[in-house]
Amino acid sequence: MANSSRNNAFVEFERVQKSYDGENLVVKDLNLTLPKGEFLTMLGPSGSGKTTCLMMLAGFETATHGDIRLDGVSINNIPPHKRGIGMVFQNYALFPHMTIAENLSFPLEVRGMGKSEREQKVKRALDMVEMGAFGGRRPSQLSGGQQQRIALARALVFEPELVLMDEPLGALDKQLREKMQFEITRLAHNLGITTVYVTHDQTEALTMSDRVAVFNDGRIQQLAPPNELYEAPVNSFVAQFIGENNTLEGTIKEINGNQALVQLDDGEVIHCKPVNVYKTGERARVSIRPERVEYNKDRMQEGAHTIKAEVLEFIYMGDIFRTRLKVAGNEEFIIKTRNAPDQVRLQAGQLIEIGWMPEDCHALDA
Amino acid sequence: MSDATLSPAAMVGTTPEQLTTADGKPLKQALMRAQSHARRRAFLLVAPLLAFILLTFVMPIGQMLHRSVHNEGFTWHEDVASGQRTPIMTNLSQWFDQNELGTEPDEAAFAALAADLIVLREVKAAGQAGTRINYERSGSRSMFTKAARRAQRLEAPYKEAIVDLDEDWLDPDLWRVMRDASSSYTANFYLAALDRTKDADGNVTQVNENRQVYVKLFQRTLFLSIVITFMTFILAYPIAHLLATLPLAKSNLLMILVLLPFWTSLLVRTTSWMVLLQSQGVVNDALVSTGILADDNRLEMMYNQAGTLIAMTHILLPFMVLPLYSVMRPINPSYVRAARSLGATSWTAFRRVYFPQTVPGIGAGALLVFILAVGYYITPALVGGADGQLISNLIAFHMQNSLNWSLAAALAALLLGGILLLYWLYDRLVGIDNLKLG
Repeated sequence: MANSSRNNAFVEFERVQKSYDGENLVVKDLNLTLPKGEFLTMLGPSGSGKTTCLMMLAGFETATHGDIRLDGVSINNIPPHKRGIGMVFQNYALFPHMTIAENLSFPLEVRGMGKSEREQKVKRALDMVEMGAFGGRRPSQLSGGQQQRIALARALVFEPELVLMDEPLGALDKQLREKMQFEITRLAHNLGITTVYVTHDQTEALTMSDRVAVFNDGRIQQLAPPNELYEAPVNSFVAQFIGENNTLEGTIKEINGNQALVQLDDGEVIHCKPVNVYKTGERARVSIRPERVEYNKDRMQEGAHTIKAEVLEFIYMGDIFRTRLKVAGNEEFIIKTRNAPDQVRLQAGQLIEIGWMPEDCHALDA
Repeated sequence: MSDATLSPAAMVGTTPEQLTTADGKPLKQALMRAQSHARRRAFLLVAPLLAFILLTFVMPIGQMLHRSVHNEGFTWHEDVASGQRTPIMTNLSQWFDQNELGTEPDEAAFAALAADLIVLREVKAAGQAGTRINYERSGSRSMFTKAARRAQRLEAPYKEAIVDLDEDWLDPDLWRVMRDASSSYTANFYLAALDRTKDADGNVTQVNENRQVYVKLFQRTLFLSIVITFMTFILAYPIAHLLATLPLAKSNLLMILVLLPFWTSLLVRTTSWMVLLQSQGVVNDALVSTGILADDNRLEMMYNQAGTLIAMTHILLPFMVLPLYSVMRPINPSYVRAARSLGATSWTAFRRVYFPQTVPGIGAGALLVFILAVGYYITPALVGGADGQLISNLIAFHMQNSLNWSLAAALAALLLGGILLLYWLYDRLVGIDNLKLG
C-alpha cells in the first residue's frame, strides 16, 4: 500500500521543516504526496506556511530539514532554473521591458530553442489564453485580467509538468476572478498538468481543486477533497476557516462511539457527532452550518434536535434570507434559508424554535 | 455640461463646430476666462523662483557668454572712481578702418598711435590697453606703459620716435593683435581656448607646441570624467543593489553611511584623502609596515592623476548610488524569481531581466556624475598636483590670477557647450524621459 502510493506520487514532501531565524519553525513536519495531474490547493491564513512550501518547491527557499522529491528525484540541491517548474506569481511578474511575445519567448530562448519553433509555441500559447492579438504590446498596456492570462501562458509555454501558482487571482475583481478560476481549472485539466495553487480565498480553493490542504501554524490541518473539507472538518480550525459556521461552546457530558451529548454553557444538552473529542468532561466546540438549520416547523425532518432562539436581525439578500439569532447565549448565530414562495419571513424580536439533524452538528476540540 | 450647451445658432447649422455656453459666448473663451484665475495664481506662486533663477543663474551665464566674445580693454576706459567712460585708441581704430589687414604701418599709423598714447596717459589706461594686447602677444604690456609714459615727448616723425623706444613696435603680429582688439567684439578668445591663434595675415594657426595647454586639458578632463563615471558605476551598482534588497530598517542605516559624505564638508573630505594617500600617509604606512612595500618604494597616490581619480570617485559616489537605488528599490524580487523559474541561470536572469530595468538609473547616475566631474574644481586643485588638474582649475586660474576673464569665459562656454552636446546625445540615444533621478 505504502509502496504503491509512492509509485504514483509526483510531488512529495517528506518530513519537511523550515525556519528562517533558527528559533521559530514556519513549516513543521510537512508530509504531502501529490499524484500526477492533480490540482492541489494550499489554503490557509497568512503566515501559515503555505507560501513558504510553494517557494521551497520552486527552489527559492531551501528546506531546513527533510526531503522534497519531484518524480522520485530529490530536488533539494537542484537550482530553480533546472527544476522545470512553471510558476505564476501574485503580481504576475511580467518583464516590463519586454513585449508580451518576448515575455513568452523568454523561457524558450534560455532553453536554446530555434526561432521558428519559438514563434510557433508562443503563438500557440497566446491562442490558448485567447490573447493572440496582443503579442506586440507591453505588459503595462494590458489590464489586470489580461496580464494574468499572459502570466499563465508564460508559465505553460515551455510545457512544464508541474505548475505553481501563488495567489494569482488576488489582484482581480470578483467577476473576473470567477471567470479566471474556471479558465485555470479548465486549462490545467485539459493539459493534464499537476498544479499546486496557493490562496487564502476559501471559495477559490473549494471551486477549483481536486484536493485542498488547509494550512495553519505551519502544519497541514486537513488534506481532503472540497466536499469532505466542508462537510466533515476534522478540527475546529478547519470548520471555522472553511465556509460560514456557527459555534456553540460546551462540555462533553457523554460520549459513545458515533454519538455524543454536549452540555452547552447555558445548561442546554444537545446531540452531536463527535469528531476530535474523546473524553467526558472535555471542553468542546459544537459547529453547525447555517444552511443546515431550519426554523420552519413544516420543513423540519424527523429526529431533528430543537432549541429556542430569539431573532435579532433578519436580512433579505434576494436569493436567501440571512437571520441572526441569539441561541444558547451566542448572539452571532446565523441561519440561511432559501427564498422559497412559502417561506416564512421573520422579524427582529420574535421568539422561535430552530432545529437541526444531530449528524450535521459536529463536536470539535475547543 | 450644464452651462455649456449647443446654442440655437449652432443647431440650425451656421457654424456647426463652434460650441458656445448657455448665454452664447464661445466655449473656448469661457474656458479661458474660467481658468485664467487659476493660471494667474500658479504664475504668482512660481514668480519668486523665476525671478531668483533669472537673477542668479540666467543673467550671470548670459553675461559670461557675452564676456567670452566681448572685451573693451582696447576700446573703452572706465574710471573706477567716477565711472566715467572714455573711448580710447580712437585714432588707431580709424587708421585700421581705412587700411586693410596686412598694410604695413606707415607714418600716419604711428601718428595715430602717438595721439592715442597721449589719451592713454591722460586717463591712466596704458596698463589696461597693454594687458588686452598682452593676452594675445606676451610682452606687450610693458611696451604700452613705457610708450605712454613718454607720450608727451614724442615728436614727428612718430614712426622713428616710437620704434626708438622699442623695436617691437614694428612687429606685424602686434599690429594684427591691435587691429583685432580695436573692436570690442572678437572670437579670438575662443581661438585661444582651443590653442589656436591668428598669424599676421589673419589666418588661424596652431600656437607653438609648448604653449598648447587647453585642448590637452579638455581631453584629460573628458578622459578622467569618463573613468570616474565608470568607477563610480562599478562601485555603486552592488551597493545600490544591497541597499535595495535589504529590509528597510537595515538599508536605512546603510543609506546613512552612503549619505554621510554629504554631511561632511567637501574640504574636510578632500583633506582626509590627503592624509590617507600621501607618501607618508596612512595607506602607505600600512603597506610598508606589513612589508608589502619597501620603505623607499612608497606609492605616489597624491598630487597626480591617481589622487584626483581616487578622491573624486569617492566624493561623487553618492550621486551614482542614489539614482541606482531609486530604480532598484521598486523592482520586485519576483521578476528575477520568475526568470529563474522559467529556466534562466542567475546570470541570465540578471542580464536579461534585472539589468535592463536599472538602465534609467544608470543613465541618470552617469549623467549626473559625469557633468559634476567635468566641472569639478576644488578636489583636483588640492590633490591633483600638476597632471591631475582639470579644465575648471585653469578657468579659475584665469579668473583669479591672470585676470583674463574673457578667456576664462570662453573656456567655460566651451565646457558648457560640450555638456549640452552630451546631454543632447544622451537624449537621442537613451531618451531623457528614461532618466530617473530619484
